[in-house]
Formats: sequence, structure tokens, C-alpha cells
Amino acid sequence: MVATLQLNDVGVRYGKVEVLSGITTPALKGGEVTAVIGPNAAGKSSLFRRIAGLLGGPGDVSIDGIPGSPKQSASRICYMPQDTSVNTVLTVYESVLLARKQGADPRVSDADLEAVDEALGALSIESIAFKGLSELSGGQRQLVSLAQTLVRDPEILLLDEPTSALDLHRQVEVLSLIQNLARVRQICVVLAIHDLNQVLRVADRVMVIDAGTMVRCGPAEAVITPDLLREIYKVEGRIERCSRLCCQVIIDGPVVHQA
Amino acid sequence: MAHSASIAVQSGRGVYRALVFRKKLVLLAFAIVLVLSVIADLGLGPARYSMREVVLALAGSPEISNQVSVVIWDIRMPVALMAVVVGAALSAAGAQMQTILNNPLASPFTLGISAAASFGASLALVFGVGILPFAIEYVVSINALLMAMAAALFIHLMSQKRGVTVETIVLLGITLVFTFNALLALVQFLASEQALAAVVFWTMGSLTRATWPKLAITTLIVVVALPLFFRRAWALTALRLGEDKAASFGVNVRRVRLETMLVVSVLAAVPVAFVGTIGFVGLVGPHIARMVIGEDQRFFLPASALSGAAMLSLTSVISKSLIPGSIIPIGIITALVGVPFLFSLIMTNRRRAW
Repeated sequence: MVATLQLNDVGVRYGKVEVLSGITTPALKGGEVTAVIGPNAAGKSSLFRRIAGLLGGPGDVSIDGIPGSPKQSASRICYMPQDTSVNTVLTVYESVLLARKQGADPRVSDADLEAVDEALGALSIESIAFKGLSELSGGQRQLVSLAQTLVRDPEILLLDEPTSALDLHRQVEVLSLIQNLARVRQICVVLAIHDLNQVLRVADRVMVIDAGTMVRCGPAEAVITPDLLREIYKVEGRIERCSRLCCQVIIDGPVVHQA
Repeated sequence: MAHSASIAVQSGRGVYRALVFRKKLVLLAFAIVLVLSVIADLGLGPARYSMREVVLALAGSPEISNQVSVVIWDIRMPVALMAVVVGAALSAAGAQMQTILNNPLASPFTLGISAAASFGASLALVFGVGILPFAIEYVVSINALLMAMAAALFIHLMSQKRGVTVETIVLLGITLVFTFNALLALVQFLASEQALAAVVFWTMGSLTRATWPKLAITTLIVVVALPLFFRRAWALTALRLGEDKAASFGVNVRRVRLETMLVVSVLAAVPVAFVGTIGFVGLVGPHIARMVIGEDQRFFLPASALSGAAMLSLTSVISKSLIPGSIIPIGIITALVGVPFLFSLIMTNRRRAW
């Protein structure tokens, strides 16, 4: 069965400070890629942590139409936090295996190792499999984090800025892979990303978060408009169809305030 | 292309299995060093016995005189085994403190747990004040235990507060060390000459206080605690990838931390309560394990326990060998030997471990 994710009036509070409120979405279906965009500190990461069950708050996060407890959702939702460096003495291979083995059983089966090999292969990072995590570059760390999510056979995949440290080639490659995985394995993918051109290339739907609320939600080409650039990002720009495949954002410069 | 990919896939699995095998060999090597060290430890003392004599005595051979057998079994064995068990307990406790606080500087010694125990013990030694009104013969140990547990839980509660970073915890530990050392100094200032000598000797840490009942209690704690950690091996390993990452893997971070800290506080406090302050084993043991075996807890945990046990046992051997006929308190030797050893390891291995 294809999983669907739906948010109903979801919010997040840190103490008395409300950082996110009233987020309601249509059903996000398996096979689709939804991009969450917005300025820095808009509340995107808090939203992801809330959906993943790491934060509590008002509203319902429903999977397949049923509001789930954080524990239930943890088994079906796979969340990749923003990249942070680690100083732990583990190899890439061990860390991906670790992501798969979150039960009481310390034994490792052939199926586990097969899944690890497959995840590393999908991202073409077999060559760094036995490097230490602390020796990796930022981009390599992001690829390893992605492998850690893929190895868990996710139904719903939340990726918080998965390509922020990757070079252009890797960005295009990884986002295509994510799009492909969504289609082939019918995974519901939600990703936070800043590059609007990449959003236009891969996302089926775009959610715009600004100052803790969702200001727009809809098909990418309908949401990313010159008005949005002006209102949310305070830049002048236009959207042009650059090839038969997709549109492209062209930025002219910051909004000039006339006296 | 597909063929070469399948070879790469095969070799990934193969390399991993080979590495696991290597880690098991390292554990075996630690165990062998430990056994040899214990045999050497049993042979050393005012009367020296060869390795052969010790082994024959252990095997109950009729070749060995009754007197030698009594010395080895009744006098030296509890001390030698106490070194093993205390070393394992402190090192495993240090390893898990470093894991749950995600901080390579954490250990019972650096976070003030040992200092708290010393203060607790000094209250009993100087004023005869027991925190619990019963078990008078264990009043020193119980005071030390309760004070150490209180310090461990305080550190844990503080680490749960929002905005508390890894650096804050270390600073907090240092403030605890200073606070309890100041309190200890105050107690020493007020103490009679005789009580002062007792406190000073207690804080040095000495295995000669080992008795069979103390050994049995400490062993029991270790035997119960290690499987509890082992059961959570994957979750504990995941904690070192950061709280968010661990939680995203499905680890209940708060619960694992609290349960582990509770077990760690007992594991760190009991040895200190029985044998006094023994520094650096809890810090150095896990680092040695980390450097040679990595941080997969399925191997890191036994390696930490074994390296701590071997380190303290070898230190016991050294403490008997330096001045023939006398035993230097082991707490002095662990710091003197442990620190340069750790320093040399860091300088030769720094790329891999940090």
C-alpha cells in the first residue's frame, strides 16, 4: 500500500514561543516529491522534527489518514536531519548498518549487509565505505546520511536540506535519484531545499513556509512566481522556461524600495 | 558494468566481515594480556613467585606448599581480581558516560563523581557521619556511593536542560571537582591527625582494601550492568552520531540516556566506594578501546571493559614492582602511567580518533 502523509493544523512551541502554527496540507502521496521552501529560520526544520515525532505540539500528523503517535510514525517515517559533523570512530559502512539495526538483536544478518551494500551502491559511494566518518567532506557526509535513510526502506522520507553541501553535479544526481526512488518505490518524499531551480526541476508540489506559517502550497510552477520571490525572498526575478523540461528562476537583484 | 558493481557489492560485505573478525581478535588479545597480567600480579608481593608456581597453585597442584597456596588464593587473589573488576567497571562507566554525554572528556574522575565519593567517605572517616543510619561496617563505602550517585544524577539532570552543550557539561564537571575538593579540604582541615591520615590514604585509592565480599558486590554490579548496556548496543552507538540522528533512527534518546546514566552512576560509584579514588582508568580505558576497535558498541563496550581491567591489573603489577617490599597506592600509579600513555596514543593516532 502506498503511504500518504497529511498535516492538520500542526504547530510547534518551544516553551511559550510558538515557532510554527496552523500548518495544514493536502494528502501527500507516495510517489510524489514535495519541496518545503522558505527563508532561513522560517520553521522548516522544526516542521520536519515535528512530523518525525521528535517534537510535540498541537495538530495531527496523519499517516494513511490516521493520526499517529510519535512512536508509530517513527517506524514508517525516515528523517534525515541537517548535516552535522561527528567525531565518532565509525566507518561509513558501520554507520549505515547502524541505521538499519535499531532493534534489540545485536546480530547482523546477510540481509542486513545486502541492504547496506545496496544503499551505498545506489549513491555510488562504495569507494568510501571503509573510511572513517570524521574523515569525510561535508558532501560525502550528506551522501552517507542519505544512505542511512535509504537502508531503512522508508515509506515516508523527510530530507532536511539533503544537498546543501554537494557540488552541482552531485546535487543534480542525488535529486534525480530521490525523484526516481519516489517514483519507483512509491515513497512519499518531503524535502527542504533552498535552490529554487532544483525545486522546479524535481518537485511535484511546493510548500512555502515563512515566519512559522504556511503561506502557499501547490504545484511548483504555480507557486514559484515573481510575486513569491518579491514577498518572501525580497528579490526581483522572473521565471523562464529554459528547456522543454522545466522552468528556471532568473534573479535580477534585491527589491529596491522607492522613496 | 553490472558485473564490476556486483564485485564491489560482494567486497563491501567481505571487507566488513573481515573487519569484524579482526575486532574479535583484538578482544582476544586484550583478554590474553589481562590473564597474563593477573598471573604476574598474583606472583608479586613481599614473597615473589614465578609464573609457573602461580599457575600450579591456581590449578591446585600438590607440588605447591600449603603456605604458597594460602598467600596466592586468600591474600593476593581478592586484590588481583579487584583490580580486574574495578578496572572493567570504571572503564565501562567512562565509556558510557562519553557515549551518552557525547563527550570524549567524560569519565567518573573528570566529571567530579570520584571527588564526590571522596567527600562522602571523608564525612564518615572524620566525623563518623553516615548518610544511611544502618550498615555501620560499610559506612565509608555507602557514604561514598550515595555522594557519587548524587553527583552523577546531578550531571545527568543538568545535561537534559535546553541549551546545555557538550562544553557546558565538562565545565559543570570541573566545577563539581573543585567544589567537592574544597569540601574535602575543609573536612581535612577540621579532622584530627589520625582521621586526616585515614582520609588522605583513602583518597589515594588502594586495592589492598579488597575483600571477598567487596569483590563479590563489585563483580555482581559489573555482571549485571554490562549486559544491560550490550542490549542497547545499537542505540548507544547511534547516540554518538548526535541526538537528532539517533532519534531519527528511532532511538528513544531521553530514555536510553536516563537508564544508562542510572546504571553508570552505580557502576562508577561502587568501585570508588570500595577502593577509593582511582583516576584515569575511566578516561583512558575507553580511549584505548576506541582507538583500536572503533565505536561499534558491540565491540567497543567489551574492549573498554577489558582494556580498563588490563590497565588496572598492569598498574597493580607496577605498583608492587617499583619499590620492592612495598605497594604504592594504585591511584597514584594510574595517573602517573595512564596520562603519558594516553598522550602518546593521542599523538600517534590523532587522525583516526578525532
